[in-house]
Amino acid sequence: MKHLLSTRDLSTEDIVSILAMADHMAEINSRAVPKVPALRGRTVASVFFEDSTRTRLSFETAATRLSAEVMTFIASSSSVNKGESLRDTIETLSAMGVDAFVIRHKSSGAPQQITQWTDAAVINAGDGWHQHPTQALLDAYTITRNFNELNSMQGRTVAIVGDIKHSRVARSDIDVFTRLGAKVVLVAPAAFLPSSLDGWGVTTADSLDDVIGVVDVVYMLRIQRERMDAAQMPSLREYSALFALTPERANRMQSHALLLHPGPINRGVEMIVDPSLVPGSRILQQVSNGISIRMAVLFSLLGGDATTTLQNGVEA
Amino acid sequence: MSAKSKSVVIKGATVVNPDAMFVADVRIANGVIEAIGDALTGDIVLEASGCYVSSGFVDLHTHLREPGKEEAETIESGSRAAALGGFTAVVAMPNTDPAQDNVATVQFVRERGRAVGLCEVIPSGCITIGRLGAQLVPFEQLAKEGVTLFTDDGTGVQDALVMQRALMVAKRLNLTISQHCEVASMTVGAVMHDGACCSTMGVPGWPSAAEEEMVRRDIQLVRMTGAREHFMHLSTRGSVELVRAAKAEGLPVTAEVTPHHISLTDELLSGFDPIFKVNPPLRTIADVSALHEGLADGTIDAIATDHAPHAGHTKEQTLDTAPPGMLGLETALGVVNTAVSLSPQKIASLMSWNPAVIANISDHQGRPIAVGEPAHIAVWDTTTVWSVSRDELASRSTNTPYHGMELRGRVRHTIYNGQLVVQEGKALA
Repeated sequence: MKHLLSTRDLSTEDIVSILAMADHMAEINSRAVPKVPALRGRTVASVFFEDSTRTRLSFETAATRLSAEVMTFIASSSSVNKGESLRDTIETLSAMGVDAFVIRHKSSGAPQQITQWTDAAVINAGDGWHQHPTQALLDAYTITRNFNELNSMQGRTVAIVGDIKHSRVARSDIDVFTRLGAKVVLVAPAAFLPSSLDGWGVTTADSLDDVIGVVDVVYMLRIQRERMDAAQMPSLREYSALFALTPERANRMQSHALLLHPGPINRGVEMIVDPSLVPGSRILQQVSNGISIRMAVLFSLLGGDATTTLQNGVEA
Repeated sequence: MSAKSKSVVIKGATVVNPDAMFVADVRIANGVIEAIGDALTGDIVLEASGCYVSSGFVDLHTHLREPGKEEAETIESGSRAAALGGFTAVVAMPNTDPAQDNVATVQFVRERGRAVGLCEVIPSGCITIGRLGAQLVPFEQLAKEGVTLFTDDGTGVQDALVMQRALMVAKRLNLTISQHCEVASMTVGAVMHDGACCSTMGVPGWPSAAEEEMVRRDIQLVRMTGAREHFMHLSTRGSVELVRAAKAEGLPVTAEVTPHHISLTDELLSGFDPIFKVNPPLRTIADVSALHEGLADGTIDAIATDHAPHAGHTKEQTLDTAPPGMLGLETALGVVNTAVSLSPQKIASLMSWNPAVIANISDHQGRPIAVGEPAHIAVWDTTTVWSVSRDELASRSTNTPYHGMELRGRVRHTIYNGQLVVQEGKALA
């Protein structure tokens, strides 16, 4: 595997092995000094054409803990529009000596296009509505580890709730969850579903009340207020009435069920309940798992001979 | 200039006329077809056995980019590309900068085309000032300058009343209104066909309904006004069905398709390569089949290239920001002949005879091969297999979606206004 552009680049075996490697990384992260020299001498450039402080910090922390050098490039989306082509930006940064690019871009497909213009590995840290593969891996990691299953979500049902159409998290999660054996039900108003679900292997539900009591995982997506204005929903109030997680709905979750959210949470929009009061909430655990997963991904792409180097790293 | 020109003889080709096909030599001299017969001699002899000779192709839909975007194409480079594609006339789209909504710009385009002299460059006129969809252009003034086809191509006229008034003026002046059908409110930010591929890729979709809704509305306006309307670059099954029904009703509508819409589908965009981004977008195999049926049964009158050059760097942006459009002039015949099984007469009708009528230039373009007719001629075959290379095109831009693909059928020689401008697939000027 040269790049990680989409969850579709990963075989199911790849997914399972990255989750297993994340267990090693989690052990490193639990140490007093959570740092190993596994990627010493490597340079990771985090290039964020769209701002996302938390994802950027997560990747940069992961790279730092593996002793890689970190280069940060934050472009306001307008600087790209001012005329520098994506190609020129990437070729310029490549010339500085980069082993891996971590790319966040508002445009779907940008990380894939970038692979034409650099020899470095490219990791998609979120592109438009398309993909956010490390999010799906950390979500699968969080779910499987909480259910004490190493490589399967067989028999589990996940409800993904919210704006599916405009969500790279949903597209990535659906692919990974279904391939690990989970049943996925999408809970969204029609305007928030893509025009076609051919080949997605999912079912849909019209309201959260229909599924909240029977699923194993409730995955709430962030709702962007500006999407409401684009005539996609009559009103925020109507949306919240049908699809928000209220205290009443949270109380109807099964006792073992998990609550996940990719963050940042829009309180009062999709989350009316205080998530800290939901026993099944693993939202903060997702954030810490994110570092382990991103360490595993960086190591898989840049680490050369995986087992030996990792062993060296772990022992160092 | 043609008076002093050397005579040219096309030897051994099959003459393709609406009423007959026959093998004969054709001699061109003094700007006209001077003789048709056996064993003709002349100053320049073009060996053309196995080829077809027909009137030169007429493109209803060419973006020459001059004035305004000369880095992408000029009237000269675009005319050369046209000649290489067998075109002896191209209708230059009005979305230049400044737009072709005024006499000065229209005169500039026509005069520049004449000076280049590789094909006839016919400026189209905008329907509305600045293509903004609000105020009609001075139709009569532009018509006096020889503009016969009006369009706001790139955008459809959104306001039904403005469109109705444009059709009323066009009927009075016997002009063609040509519409790019797209309901803009349904395609904000749209990148590609709204279907399964688009849904997986997570990009804004361009629904078929956005085209069909405007086709449907405009058919109603034609019914009300009795004016002629030409539908540009139809891309969906529903549009073909609407036009078929309108023709059955006897309404004066015509329609074109592009070579790319009859040969490529939306799945090509799955790698996010902007080279395949075009407006209207590539659609599904079901739509492509419907367009083929429309060609076969006469619902679709013309092939038009929508030749849309874009400078290389503009296609090195992300799929959502890159401009839509692809080159078409030099590959048109090969793509059409490779994608669809058509007789030589059908090809000539779709690429020459019918578009000449739609563009109101059939007094001198799209004429039969007959003694005394103006010598605007294409010599082409349907058998030569050739590989497209974006680096070998005459266009200033390289945005062909067919790079590296093999096509069957090629233009061998082009004669414009009695002058040999393309010989053995090479431009002579």
